[in-house]
Amino acid sequence: MALDKPYADVPGTVIFDADQARKGYHLNQFAASLMKAENRERFKRDERAYLDEWPMTGAQKEAVLVRDYNRMIALGGNVYFLAKIFSTDGKSFQYAAALMTGMSQEAYAQMMLSGGRSADGNRYVGESPPKAQS
Amino acid sequence: MARITAGVTTSHVPAIGAALDNGRSAEAYWSPVFAGYEFSKRWIAQARPDVVILVYNDHANAFSLDIVPTFAIGCAETFRPADEGWGPRPVPTVHGHPEFAAHLAQSVIQQDFDLTIVNKMDVDHGLTVPLSLMFGQPAAWPVRVIPLAVNVVLYPPPSGRRCFELGRAIRRAVESFDENLNVQVWGTGGMSHQLQGPRAGLINKEWDNRWLDGLIDDPEALSRMPHIEYVREAGSEGIELVMWLLMRGALSPRVRLIHRFYHVPASNTAVGHVILEDTA
Repeated sequence: MALDKPYADVPGTVIFDADQARKGYHLNQFAASLMKAENRERFKRDERAYLDEWPMTGAQKEAVLVRDYNRMIALGGNVYFLAKIFSTDGKSFQYAAALMTGMSQEAYAQMMLSGGRSADGNRYVGESPPKAQS
Repeated sequence: MARITAGVTTSHVPAIGAALDNGRSAEAYWSPVFAGYEFSKRWIAQARPDVVILVYNDHANAFSLDIVPTFAIGCAETFRPADEGWGPRPVPTVHGHPEFAAHLAQSVIQQDFDLTIVNKMDVDHGLTVPLSLMFGQPAAWPVRVIPLAVNVVLYPPPSGRRCFELGRAIRRAVESFDENLNVQVWGTGGMSHQLQGPRAGLINKEWDNRWLDGLIDDPEALSRMPHIEYVREAGSEGIELVMWLLMRGALSPRVRLIHRFYHVPASNTAVGHVILEDTA
């Protein structure tokens, strides 16, 4: 019997479970390799050549090259591993989070200062958005 | 004998460590965060713990996907700050307590909690940011630390209930150690936050504060909350809060609330911080 995945209908969210981890194993291990300064250097010098050392899928490599984090996550990436990529780029978690939401970093930072994204309207896929506050 | 005297919970946002390390803690954005810990620094200078059992999660630094232990206890003499991709944090090396850690491991394994023993590992912001928040920037950490790493990265993490029960087992283990030690248990991570996908930035102030009420006064009921509620209400990374239940399980059923602090935001995250004293 298949495992129960009650988190499948949480909008805008991929839960990094064993199935995702299996798909993303090499992608995540590649990212983890960037914890070493010498690997960061080699990656920066020639990203494509460095990626080709890893048995990742073409789609995973493309997603890394264009820094499409949502795509990397869909292909089995986990944000804590992918953090090694944006850290190598000198970018913060807030930069990466903003990118994944499609907002500018300024707009995202302002949303956080205003209390963050509301859970209302964001608990289930298809849930109606929260009523505008007056 | 060794005795648990207090519990501390705090978020462990990496940007907090970066703000401190880069001398930006007085900036308007960060000063309200650090203000919430001013009392705590004075309190801990008085409380003077010998050992902190520090419950945290590794963020793909000590453990890659090659090995993912659900619960891992650090039994080494020392733990170096990890290079998380931008060089190690400029903070002191963390000193463990191998003899006490080995005792704890043996005792809780005999109570049916099958911990993984780790004799060599680096520790990341999950462990070092709480130390910075509580102790500031000393030349050496004024306490020995036993890292207790909980997997909350690869789903499913252990249940809140399992964490709570492990806390109870740790309490029994501490009390069966002969040396006189003043021990604190810290639970770190949380509160509501989501770092991934189009839903990133989720914060749930009301839920977080109700959860804090439960942690203090009715942890028994709170420990039965299913994972999916954390994901829906507190974001995919809000699940880190199960580690706070581990701390709470290690304390007496009734506790004295010493300090409570809540602030939004620190980068992507709601910061929560509680100090509880044991009453047993």
